[in-house]
Amino acid sequence: MNEIITRKVLAEGVKEFAVAAPRLARARRAGQFVIVRVNETGERIPLTIADADPEAGTITLIFQEVGKSTLLLGTLQEGDRILDVVGPLGRPTHIENFGTVACLGGGIGVAPVHPIAKAMKEAGNHVIGIIGARTRDLLIMEDRMKAATSELHISTDDGSYGTHGFVTTVLEALVNEGRKIDLVVAIGPVPMMSASTKTAAKYNLPCVVSLNSIMVDGTGMCGACRVTVGGKTRFVCVDGPEFDGYQVDFVELVKRQRAYLKQEDVARRQFLEHHPGERCWETKVS
Amino acid sequence: MPREKIPRQKMPEQAPEERRRNFQEVPYGFTPELAQLEASRCIFCKKPKCIEGCPVEIDIPAFVKLIRDGDFLGAARKLKEANALPAICGRVCPQEEQCEVRCVIGIKDEPVAIGRLERFAADFERLNNLVEAPEIPPWTGKRAAVVGCGPAGLTVAGELAKLGHKVTIFEALHQPGGVLMYGIPEFRLPKAIVEAEVDYVKKLGVEIVYNAVVGRYQTVDELLAEGYDSVFLGTGAGLPYFMNIPGENLNGVYSANEYLTRSNLMRAYRFPEFDTPIAVSKKVAVLGGGNVAMDAARTALRLGADEVHIVYRRSRNEMPARIEEIHHAEEEGIQFQLLTNPTEILGDDQGWVKGMKCIRMELGEPDGSGRRRPVPIPGSEFLMEVDTVVVSIGNGANPLVPQTTPGLETNKWGNIIADKNTAATSKPGVYAGGDIVIGAATVILAMGAGKVAARAMHRYMMGIPEPAPEPEAPPAA
Ligand SMILES: Cc1cc2nc3c(=O)[nH]c(=O)nc-3n(C[C@H](O)[C@H](O)[C@H](O)COP(=O)(O)OP(=O)(O)OC[C@H]3O[C@@H](n4cnc5c(N)ncnc54)[C@H](O)[C@@H]3O)c2cc1C
Ligand SMILES: Cc1cc2nc3c(=O)[nH]c(=O)nc-3n(C[C@H](O)[C@H](O)[C@H](O)COP(=O)(O)OP(=O)(O)OC[C@H]3O[C@@H](n4cnc5c(N)ncnc54)[C@H](O)[C@@H]3O)c2cc1C
Ligand code: SF4
Ligand code: SF4
Ligand code: FES
Repeated sequence: MNEIITRKVLAEGVKEFAVAAPRLARARRAGQFVIVRVNETGERIPLTIADADPEAGTITLIFQEVGKSTLLLGTLQEGDRILDVVGPLGRPTHIENFGTVACLGGGIGVAPVHPIAKAMKEAGNHVIGIIGARTRDLLIMEDRMKAATSELHISTDDGSYGTHGFVTTVLEALVNEGRKIDLVVAIGPVPMMSASTKTAAKYNLPCVVSLNSIMVDGTGMCGACRVTVGGKTRFVCVDGPEFDGYQVDFVELVKRQRAYLKQEDVARRQFLEHHPGERCWETKVS
Repeated sequence: MPREKIPRQKMPEQAPEERRRNFQEVPYGFTPELAQLEASRCIFCKKPKCIEGCPVEIDIPAFVKLIRDGDFLGAARKLKEANALPAICGRVCPQEEQCEVRCVIGIKDEPVAIGRLERFAADFERLNNLVEAPEIPPWTGKRAAVVGCGPAGLTVAGELAKLGHKVTIFEALHQPGGVLMYGIPEFRLPKAIVEAEVDYVKKLGVEIVYNAVVGRYQTVDELLAEGYDSVFLGTGAGLPYFMNIPGENLNGVYSANEYLTRSNLMRAYRFPEFDTPIAVSKKVAVLGGGNVAMDAARTALRLGADEVHIVYRRSRNEMPARIEEIHHAEEEGIQFQLLTNPTEILGDDQGWVKGMKCIRMELGEPDGSGRRRPVPIPGSEFLMEVDTVVVSIGNGANPLVPQTTPGLETNKWGNIIADKNTAATSKPGVYAGGDIVIGAATVILAMGAGKVAARAMHRYMMGIPEPAPEPEAPPAA
């Protein structure tokens, strides 16, 4: 269990693992995540189940190396085991035939939006995928998103690929072209989800976002993941991770994500001192 | 020395000024001499009152006599006949309101230190590697699934294994023990002891599957369909309550569960050697007056805080924490803000706690719980300067299992409804006990429920009819 069957580098600092977890591969549904712990001294970090293959008994994890724990995870090789993998956690995405669904993925957020796009399409929706990155080299999962959607649009902040601008630029253009959209699903960094919600609101489109709060247990026991939604405190791990974007207090979420900045910085620097090679990113292979 | 002249023996312990900065256990425990001296205070009553106070009915005079006579191993074995986790109960049971409060010696003098003696005997067995697993009867052909590896689940598993059943425990976290591991701190209950007690249960043949959140990973119905003949639910009371006052989502505000889990289970006190961080605090306010609040406050001190305050809205007399724990906290320099209620937590522009608005309270008429209800004193608002707030006002039932188990009835607080005499729930073959049934309570009550459940599950799986209900047993304290 938890053995890394395949390991790929998708972009600078972005890795993909197929992890042996047969029961999870069967039980998981779109929108759910796992919590992993790399080793005995490790912390528990949440990662979305980006895909699953029930026949092979594997789940796909795609992660960006942003701090100590994700860097450490990235050092694991094929054949290594992740010490703890627990899930599937969170409520599955509400999937039904809404008509046309726009699935927006920003940066690493393409990974969590992928299973949702796939499930929405399987439910009969026309799925408009809009994925973006800062620059072309950082864009991930283009082929898979093409397969998972009915049409795929791309944006880059620097204009190196696709539309010059943000995923919201594309969304806005489509709406202005007169395209009818029944639901927006936006996943990415908080500023991107906040901007997507604002754009959706401008045109009165319902907008679902998937929140990435800091977590510990992932079962509703600690409250670390709490966010304010519609003026009420909710736990992302059991009440979410998806919420109505209109109701989410994004300002508070950003502040709460920064709770351990100082400690994270200490941990990251210590890690890099002991793993001097880690910053010379491995080259992209796919 | 005549018995009457022997005073109740104190356990040697770390000095307050030393221990307030380390996570090592506070008391060192009795030496053999002290234990024998203390044991000789017991008069070995013919009708021992103390046993009535023990929820698992340990034969107290018998084990105390063995200690007096120097047969420490015999004492440990005697304890284990009734209690699989004596090293734990000897440390964390509220003895002063259970067994010891009934002790006849306590009428004129201080009661026999039953808990300390229990701890001594169990430690003797463990530290000398004398723990032996009992003979297991041949497999009955039946399997039981236990959900949750806290004291309730561990007890059920141990008892069923001893009856010859195959037992698998499914635990959501990556370690066993439930609150014993993630909640109660190292300085009060060393984790090595919990590990040793869990090892004992494993020696009985029990299998433990970690990282298995029942309700998500698999449902109760799936367990029943996959060949388990009965299921026990011992998922605890792990849903933290908050005050619902403004500012509770600021950085630096924790539930006690989160604060203690980070420190205990994830070893944040050893950051950055361990990767999980925790707030570095100067002034901490812990809201609440129970054992959990004491644990959080004493943990904050050990994490390096300059000042730690317990903020409690009633007076000292109403504090639910054990006297011993309040006493320990006080010795270590925890300050008590009694008859004080927080009304708002204030933050800076980065979203960090910088203070807390409070109001003074006075005690009015008794409320539903019989305790005098605290009422705010108008105009008595004041400001406390703090950078960390730990909310420790209680826990409710986690809804995950009930939500995903059709046919399982809960009460209006979300606790699973289970029969007192059999632990049976509304769903055939499914039993429940511990905090998930009675609400946040004690280790020994969870274990007591585990025993009841194991007996009933055995009968259910073997097709033995339930005996007629016994006349009402005396209520446990
Ligand atoms: C439900 C859920 C699903 C997620 N799915 C994925 C995924 O599929 N792929 C992926 O790469 N990441 C995902 N994340 C984010 C991932 O958990 C964090 O990147 C990770 O915990 C960072 O740990 P670290 O020790 O490497 O970095 P840290 O040192 O902890 O943090 C480095 C930086 O990341 C920020 N950060 C810390 N924790 C989080 C967090 N939980 N979310 C966002 N930013 C954070 C910090 O503010 C800091 O700036 C998900 C988060 C949640 C809650
Ligand atoms: C900080 C603190 C201090 C305390 N101090 C004392 C004390 O001094 N003396 C005393 O007697 N009592 C004390 N208590 C209370 C005592 O610890 C509890 O009453 C007791 O642990 C309850 O046991 P339990 O087995 O019912 O549940 P728990 O110990 O809560 O164990 C439940 C287990 O089930 C797991 N679980 C939950 N949901 C699922 C799921 N869906 N699938 C799989 N697993 C699941 C949990 O992860 C946990 O491991 C304290 C409690 C706390 C929080
Ligand atoms: S288990 Fe608890 S109540 Fe029973 S004798 Fe031991 S300390 Fe007393
Ligand atoms: S009541 Fe006290 S004196 Fe009597 S047997 Fe129990 S512990 Fe000993
Ligand atoms: S992560 Fe602990 S309650 Fe959500």
